[in-house]
Amino acid sequence: MSFGQIVSLALGAILIENFIFSQFLGICPFMGVSKKVDTALGMGVAVIFVMTVASIFCYIVNEFLLVPLNLEFMQTVAYILVIASLVQFVEMFLQKMIPSLYQALGIYLPLITTNCAVLGVALLNTQNGYNFIGSVIYGFTGGVGFLLAIVLFASVRERMDFTGECPKAFEGFPIALIAAGLIALAFMGFSGLKI
Amino acid sequence: MMTVVFAVAVLAILGALFGFVLAFASKVFAVEVDPRQEAIVEVLPGANCGGCGFAGCSNYAESVVNGTAACNKCAPGGAAAAEKIAQIMGLEAEHSEPMVAFVRCAGGNRAATKYNYDGIDDCAADYASLGNGMHYCTNGCLGHGNCVKVCKFNAIHVVDGVAVVDRENCKGCEACKNACPKDMIVMIPYSARFAVPCHNVEKGAITRKFCEAGCMGCKICEKKCPHGAIHIDHNLASIDYSKCQHCGICHDVCPRNLIKQLDEAIPYVESAAEPVNQENTNA
Repeated sequence: MSFGQIVSLALGAILIENFIFSQFLGICPFMGVSKKVDTALGMGVAVIFVMTVASIFCYIVNEFLLVPLNLEFMQTVAYILVIASLVQFVEMFLQKMIPSLYQALGIYLPLITTNCAVLGVALLNTQNGYNFIGSVIYGFTGGVGFLLAIVLFASVRERMDFTGECPKAFEGFPIALIAAGLIALAFMGFSGLKI
Repeated sequence: MMTVVFAVAVLAILGALFGFVLAFASKVFAVEVDPRQEAIVEVLPGANCGGCGFAGCSNYAESVVNGTAACNKCAPGGAAAAEKIAQIMGLEAEHSEPMVAFVRCAGGNRAATKYNYDGIDDCAADYASLGNGMHYCTNGCLGHGNCVKVCKFNAIHVVDGVAVVDRENCKGCEACKNACPKDMIVMIPYSARFAVPCHNVEKGAITRKFCEAGCMGCKICEKKCPHGAIHIDHNLASIDYSKCQHCGICHDVCPRNLIKQLDEAIPYVESAAEPVNQENTNA
């Protein structure tokens, strides 16, 4: 892969085809863990980590198991299996080997098992026919896009809590959905970017 | 038909493989948790207030088991929790004087303002705005209640524009102290009966102009204190609780009637020679 291709892949995953704001994947943790910037940061970093590792393993499973056996139609099921066991394994590994990282990511890791952005990145890698390096970069930058989205959104929510000028009927979740929609509209501006 | 059987077989093998790997990993990467740690977590109140200086109750329990933390650090749990933890650890509990928060300001609505603040209802935002907040006194409580928001025990309230601690409900977790952007809150012993609710270091003449409840540093309390427990430093009186005998002379002589009696219910003894005994003050 040339450097130009890598940059365009990265920019595409972070801004133009942001997982949250233009593909609407991984909305559950996006809405659930975005009340505070601190926790949003933790979640974002954990997603980057898991997405990158999941891209690597799903690529290996697809390329060396499913494709040679003509079982491409089993991708979704196989990927779910791989991601679920991978997250479990990574959690155990971190708890034993890198306790400090486990402390930081600990509670977020199990939540990611069912994050559809992670499954989405694995399926998109296959659909778009990325090679190994392409998959890893798409997974990593997709996670960066998620981090950007959730931190931006958490900052907006924190600020909305501060002002306290929200109408009673919209307090809490409704205004959060409206805010998310507005940020998604703003992200549509990036769709004009051509690289 | 063959394809279906083949697909099922591959997935079953894949699943079994991952299952074995995970089962193996759970043995290899098993982290041993000391049973005492879980027992201590059971004893703790579980407020996760962070008053002990650790990130939550389980983190504190871990440190106690490791021997890096003392048994009596849990303020909300108090002496009862300390005793139980000591039992679990097989140690004697060290008794520590319970501490409560105290707001070093009584100004609030009695302090003159430079302008009408109309921004975000938040102390840090007010303090960061024009001229370090709306009051002339830059060392006073802003009264937006950042401390009230973080208190988990409903022990601090804003009354007449200044935060006031309810000593009976205060567990000494220091959450309000850490939330205050102006460092207005200090921890004082629960047995303390008198405190100086001011944090202003301006000279008396200036203080008199902008706050009705400000310490002018006149030194009368310092001169009259029979125990040498109150001193003026930078035009501000402060009580040394290791020497204070709770006689209340400073409270009586203060020309601005500033020094606050914390325990209004108990009449303090007039005679300075006779120290108040512990049972009375703790009642």
